[in-house]
Amino acid sequence: MNLMSGGAIDSAGRVLVLEPGRAEQHYWRDIWAYRQLFLILAWRDLAVRYKQTVIGVAWALIRPVLTMVVFTVVFGKIAKLPSEGGAPYALMVFAGMLPWTFFSTALSEASHSLIGNSNLIGKVYFPRLIVPTAAVVVAFVDFLVSFAILLALMFWYHFLPPWQIMLLPLFILLAFLASLGPGLWITALNVKYRDFRYVIPFLVQFGLYISPVGFSSRIVPAQWQLLYSLNPLVGIIDGFRWCSLGGGSAPYWPSVYLSIAVTGVFVWFGLSTFRKMEKSFADLI
Amino acid sequence: MSDVVISAEHLSKSYLVGHRVRRERYTALRDVVARGARSFVRKGGDFFAGRQIVQGDEVEEFWALKNVSFQVGRGEVLGVIGRNGAGKSTLLKILSRITEPSAGRVILKGRIASLLEIGTGFHPELTGRENIYLSGAVLGMTRAEVRRKFDEIVAFAEVEKFLDTPVKRYSSGMYVRLAFAVAAHLESEILIVDEVLAVGDAEFQRKCLNRMAAVSQDGRTILFVSHFMAAVKSLCSRAVLLDEGRIAGHGPVGDVVETYLNRGPSEGRRQWSERDRPSSAELQLLCVVLEGGRSGVAGCFQHDEEVRVTLGYLQREDTSGYRFVIQLLTASGEVAFTSTDQRYRGPRSYRRGRHRTTCVIPARLLNRGTYGIRVWAGIAGIGQLIKPVDVGRMTIEGLDVSGSVHDINWPGAVCPDLRWDIVNELPVSDLHAV
Repeated sequence: MNLMSGGAIDSAGRVLVLEPGRAEQHYWRDIWAYRQLFLILAWRDLAVRYKQTVIGVAWALIRPVLTMVVFTVVFGKIAKLPSEGGAPYALMVFAGMLPWTFFSTALSEASHSLIGNSNLIGKVYFPRLIVPTAAVVVAFVDFLVSFAILLALMFWYHFLPPWQIMLLPLFILLAFLASLGPGLWITALNVKYRDFRYVIPFLVQFGLYISPVGFSSRIVPAQWQLLYSLNPLVGIIDGFRWCSLGGGSAPYWPSVYLSIAVTGVFVWFGLSTFRKMEKSFADLI
Repeated sequence: MSDVVISAEHLSKSYLVGHRVRRERYTALRDVVARGARSFVRKGGDFFAGRQIVQGDEVEEFWALKNVSFQVGRGEVLGVIGRNGAGKSTLLKILSRITEPSAGRVILKGRIASLLEIGTGFHPELTGRENIYLSGAVLGMTRAEVRRKFDEIVAFAEVEKFLDTPVKRYSSGMYVRLAFAVAAHLESEILIVDEVLAVGDAEFQRKCLNRMAAVSQDGRTILFVSHFMAAVKSLCSRAVLLDEGRIAGHGPVGDVVETYLNRGPSEGRRQWSERDRPSSAELQLLCVVLEGGRSGVAGCFQHDEEVRVTLGYLQREDTSGYRFVIQLLTASGEVAFTSTDQRYRGPRSYRRGRHRTTCVIPARLLNRGTYGIRVWAGIAGIGQLIKPVDVGRMTIEGLDVSGSVHDINWPGAVCPDLRWDIVNELPVSDLHAV
């Protein structure tokens, strides 16, 4: 009977009961069963991204490089802010921009993802969690491209990556979760209240200035450090810099712990809101 | 039924709908501001209470489905029929897990695949090949499954040459064929299909029907929604008729289709109150009655019955030489035909008092669809006594209107059954003579 496996909507022979308010018994198993849809949605967004553009994937290179140049000139040369450790200012900016760009694109893509796929949601069943998560994966591919640029820059400046670079995946995971948490929350709310569509671009623009992207978090006065660290991006960006630029720029550890805690709260909150609202998406979208 | 695969028990589904209160002719700025403020306060309250936002001045609960129960056995093909808005799509959405019921429950055994729309998951920028994988995944197939069936799908869709062209460059026919081909190769125990025949040409429709018949012969369960009664009859063994969210008929397909076709909205009569009558000093239109040869007074008729349109009128002044005119308009507003009673009027038709004039529309003249009825009275070349007034609508339904095996409408405002003379087996020497 079970001719097909994996992405099966339902494993063969299973009895499914649909009732109002009934919690999905096999929610996580369903998500696992739909992993192929998850991959293919991510692949679709990637494949479509640079279709009918002249320079194609080069856009993924040009944008971060130009932003880095502007930040280096404005903050490093004109405002003459200090770099971290012995690293060149451009390198420090770029190491901060990596997690920030990842976070901001992931957050905005995830927030729009459900509405962007409304035709699917109204017409076919699948665990809805797949959609925003696939959107975050797309942002991650851009991140990988930028990461290659960082390595090229290090080579250019003859800068040897420190041993901490082995810890980088941990901070990537943290950035991933930090964008997924609010992303889930906002995309679910967006289905019901379209106001949130206008909140995200504003939030992202605003966040760039209150996160230590173009400058080092050390220029924030010590008595404000802890308060500043309530922004989970502070811990993440500092961690990134520490991992890629070396021991001279060790992060303010409490801010890393705080950022883990804040991220955890957001993920839990986003996930529970999302699951609560998930069943009504098709009616409201 | 020993082996029940789908069992729906007292299913209900409600939606919130908003209404705009009818606007006054003149609105003062004050009213607009006040209404805007009220609406803002209500939406704000909804937001903080976590309720849905509904546009409009008044919110009402609308039941799309109400207390629907039925069972489907393994290998059965169940037709779901009903007018637009009867709740068919809502039912399918609940069964395919897209939305949850407001009350009641469904028990499903086995894998479900649903095809509620042609081309779900297609992306216009991607090529045909890529879209087959994408759409397959969206409909619940694995990559391995799609790969195994890839050649079959391509052959079914007849798009071999265009596999690497973005589907946005496809003709609509190719697009629809490819989209259906993917869905047609789903392997699930339960298949839910909504109105796929509404698109595509006759050839495509035949292909779809054959494919679904083949699927049902594999012993799989199908729920099939369609407005094409011939398709429902040929494919399904049993059917459910929905009307305003309730089950109005359930049983062998022949009986249910019959019930469906005979249920017209009972709006075949229109009578004006004294104030509203279309009138002039001389004439007053009193009522319009639509009556079918078999259906009786109704708003919906079979194409093979004659329809009598009767106008009741009152002549108040001495006047003569006028005539009544009736005009049928198609759904798109074109005139299907115009007819007058002038030739049939005698001197007695012009006396004061109440009269009746009936236009008899023969059977097998009208096409399937909805017609608007427009009526006026006037004196040819002089002027109108009763200005043209749209008095109502009627719907023509029926099987094989065109006399063709494919249950589709032939183009044209009317679809008359004309006589054809056929001469067979002519001698060869006669070929050029005809």
